[in-house]
Amino acid sequence: MALFGSLFCRLVLGLVIAFLFLPILIVLTVSFSSSAVFAFPPPGFSLRWYASLGKADSMLQAVWLSTQIAALSTAISLVLGTLCAIAITRGMIPGAKAVATFMASPLMLPGLVLGIAFLQAARDFGLRDTYSTLLIAHVVITMPFIMRTVLASLSLFDFAMVDAARMLGRSYPAALWTVLVPNILPGFVSGGLFAFIASFDNYPVSIFLVDVRTKTLPIQLLNQVEMSPDPTVAAISALLILGTIAALIVCDRLVGLKRMASI
Amino acid sequence: MTLARDDLAVMPAAAPARWTFDAKALIAVPGLVFMALAFAVPVLMLVGDSFVDRDGFSLAGYRKVLGDPYYIGIIGNSLQLACITTAVCLAVGYPAAWALARIRGAWQVILFALIFLPLTVSIVVKTFGLTIMMRRDGIINFLLVNLGFIERPMRLVFTEFSLYFGMVNVFLPFMILPLYSVMRMLDPRLLDASASLGAGPVHTFLRVTLPLTMPGIIAGGTLVFSISVAAYVTPGLLVGDRFMTMSQVMAKAYLNIRDFQLGASMAVIMLVISAALILASSYLVRTPGGERR
Repeated sequence: MALFGSLFCRLVLGLVIAFLFLPILIVLTVSFSSSAVFAFPPPGFSLRWYASLGKADSMLQAVWLSTQIAALSTAISLVLGTLCAIAITRGMIPGAKAVATFMASPLMLPGLVLGIAFLQAARDFGLRDTYSTLLIAHVVITMPFIMRTVLASLSLFDFAMVDAARMLGRSYPAALWTVLVPNILPGFVSGGLFAFIASFDNYPVSIFLVDVRTKTLPIQLLNQVEMSPDPTVAAISALLILGTIAALIVCDRLVGLKRMASI
Repeated sequence: MTLARDDLAVMPAAAPARWTFDAKALIAVPGLVFMALAFAVPVLMLVGDSFVDRDGFSLAGYRKVLGDPYYIGIIGNSLQLACITTAVCLAVGYPAAWALARIRGAWQVILFALIFLPLTVSIVVKTFGLTIMMRRDGIINFLLVNLGFIERPMRLVFTEFSLYFGMVNVFLPFMILPLYSVMRMLDPRLLDASASLGAGPVHTFLRVTLPLTMPGIIAGGTLVFSISVAAYVTPGLLVGDRFMTMSQVMAKAYLNIRDFQLGASMAVIMLVISAALILASSYLVRTPGGERR
């Protein structure tokens, strides 16, 4: 009976993995199809949809914009979030636990609600520049990922090392930079990776903030899927999937996958 | 250098130590001010907007949403979508997470990576893949016809079947990972002990496994429910206007019909649902229901 149960569970696990990969494999298959419709099985192999990516200007612009926004917002969150996390861990500020919850709470709110709030606030404050509005909103989106991983890393860090560096003559900022930062680098890498992915993949917040000329990649992709779905969309999606896998492998080499997932 | 020596000299004294305490706390200020202005203020303003129309204070938005069977039905749709998605994810995810937690060695790392990887793939890309699968000439119909379940391909896209299929596909890892992290900690000798004391598999499951894995069920259930009740991209592409959800109404209110009070009221109702869920789950985890003992 126990053996039967464990076989059953393994069978379910295998089916679940197949099920999860199905849409991903379909996108990869279609991107190499020689046909412009998404017939299954595909009639033949071709790289024409990858070749046509070079001419897809609006798509390439969207990739570039999303990369900039994701990189900048992650960097800003890393700096602001880490400084805040240090103060929280060291109990320098009153109500440290409440502050930590506050800084991580955008993750718990529905994305659309956040997006609407940003849209209204930008209007009321007279902020018209799409790029800076997107950037500010994406710092809020990425902040929880940084807070969670950096707080977890700091809880394992021995702050006596910072005091030791200061006794040896370093100033407080220099002590943080030379002692603390290298020690919690794994937290930065995993938190930064997830923050970057969260920003790069964000749809529900960005949809309220983009304009006709400034569109992030998920918005542009979904537009294209709704308007004129062709395998060019599959080709760029396939490149995105491969890029994500590459980033995961690099980060796994740096810090280990298990550690990344245990945020 | 001088600062360090001063610190050493005045270590036992309270007053200078207090001064350094305050100065160092300033490092938290930029992040806090930013999040207050860019996050707390907009959300509070949104809540405020839901109580205001052109003439000042008004509950018209809420009256419109809560007094109209159409909008009540939409809130019901969102809750139904979240309930069914969560239930299916739990039913499928529980045995899968169990197998993942019981397997040891290199296989566990590989299988864990295979569950984890789909999470990092863009939801737009996965949903796009799902719409291709659901086509009349897509793989689902191809399989159903070739396995002899149906005579000819049927329309799947824009049906509730494709909606739930897609929702479970996108959100299942969010159920498996919390379950797995709890199940991994469960001592397998407890199950042997239960069996050797004469309990059958069903009895062992109900009295040992289920209570011990309850924190994982609560965590995974809360996570899947709260993201699927607010889901926008997946329902939008897989069923569209045939199955309106709160998210759809909010987006339409702001992007198309420009009824901001309607959108804001809907957003606040969704906020209340999410907040209630988070509070309920943290209460459930804290309740001494046996799972912590």
